Amino acid sequence: MKHYRPVLTAIMMFIGLSYAHANEEQIELKPGTGRDTVMANCVMCHSLDMIQINSTFMKKDKWEATVNKMRKVMGAPIQEEDVAIIVKYLTQNYGVE
Amino acid sequence: MVTRRKFMKDALSWIGIGATATFMPRLLSAAELSNGTKYAATLEALPQKRPLIKRTYRPINYETPVEYLGNVFTPNDAFFVRWHLTNVPEINPNEWQLKISVNAKEAISFTLDNLKKEFKQVELAAVCQCGGNRRGLSVPHVPGIQWANGAMGNAKWKGVRLKEVLARAGIPDGTIEVAFNGADLPVHDKTPDFIKSLPIDKALHPDTLIAFEMNGEALPHLNGGPARIIVPGWIATYWMKKVTEINLISDPNQSFWMSTAYRTPKGLFSTDGLFPSQEKGKDSAPVTEMLVNSLITNLTDGQSFPVESKIQVQGIAWDAGAGIKQVEISLDGGSSWNRSQLGRDYGHYSFRQWQYSFTVDRTGPLTVLVRATSKAGMTQPFNLVFNPAGYHNNIVQRVNLEVTPI
Repeated sequence: MKHYRPVLTAIMMFIGLSYAHANEEQIELKPGTGRDTVMANCVMCHSLDMIQINSTFMKKDKWEATVNKMRKVMGAPIQEEDVAIIVKYLTQNYGVE
Repeated sequence: MVTRRKFMKDALSWIGIGATATFMPRLLSAAELSNGTKYAATLEALPQKRPLIKRTYRPINYETPVEYLGNVFTPNDAFFVRWHLTNVPEINPNEWQLKISVNAKEAISFTLDNLKKEFKQVELAAVCQCGGNRRGLSVPHVPGIQWANGAMGNAKWKGVRLKEVLARAGIPDGTIEVAFNGADLPVHDKTPDFIKSLPIDKALHPDTLIAFEMNGEALPHLNGGPARIIVPGWIATYWMKKVTEINLISDPNQSFWMSTAYRTPKGLFSTDGLFPSQEKGKDSAPVTEMLVNSLITNLTDGQSFPVESKIQVQGIAWDAGAGIKQVEISLDGGSSWNRSQLGRDYGHYSFRQWQYSFTVDRTGPLTVLVRATSKAGMTQPFNLVFNPAGYHNNIVQRVNLEVTPI
């Protein structure tokens, strides 16, 4: 979680969300392999509660489709090699297997 | 104290004995928000807002608690907030400009002052309901913002008729859609900008407005101020907030938000066919008009009442503009229905309040069902018409009460 706060602060300054809720910083994803990769890639465009609310009901294929939608439709600059790590973390911690 | 599990067990046994079994089994599988949604929901106040149910911080998505929906007009500071993109700039009304183009070639522009002075101002009451309202209650759950019942509100919107403003730009023959863009922006330039279009006939409907007032106040920043589009009867995705660009076009708009999002597979809903240029050659249709719907606003699941007390059920009903003909209550699982008393009519696009009182004569679980019927003869179904993005959930609502001995 160490790197989260400065990244978030930078985003807020960039988008001018002066009132952005300090409480967003307190969102903590479940510990697990791949959590840092998820945070580094997802938090740029949306708060991490977007992950929490979409749990737990998606199987691996749905999380995969979601990550691919973020890359291919929403333009998220997620590296190819990170996709499998992100999908695995989300399925294990916020999905159904 | 009755635990939830015990309560449900009692409810099941009671219904097994007392009710015709035709649709009750389905109603019993009724929906709840996902565990993750319940975990992440907090009551938090945005600037100029009362505490609302936070769904996501970024983009800004906050839901109106049901308690506020008992008012026929939803207070501005309790009105839900929904943005698709993260960057929502605050615009000084004196600097706001609306550019109107014809096939992407700029034709004319207006300041807020121009609009107010050069066109007749009109005010109407209309429900603004997010297409995804109740998505979180879909069975099975589907991805997206997990709204419960409060991604909607009713307000008096004041502005000018879009058709009169468009006429000033000149509407060429062959115009089939009108596309709208707002001032909100994504973090990445590759994220599709939020652009929506309307079929030309809906854009030229006399009730389609460019609004700058909401419930007698300047349109709040988080609800789209200085100005937004109002499309009475149609879901809120077309009500472009912070609108800054309007484009009269002769080809269907191809933005992600029209061609992929906000659609249902064809053949599921009565609204198919309302947006021909966006349906042609596709196996899906855009969600357009709202379906008839109702909501109990003064009772919650698990609430208990002493036997022989008088229970008052209150709520709201709405549809796409035909108007509400009747709202009925059932206390026996849908076998018999009792007409409620309708409140004042504020116009066909408005919430219509209703209320029904009865005295409970037996102890145990009691399920209250509510069903609205529109003046077009449409009513609410018992079973969810499942679709992959969770739109158009207007199934009959039920509230489970407990009647206790005196």
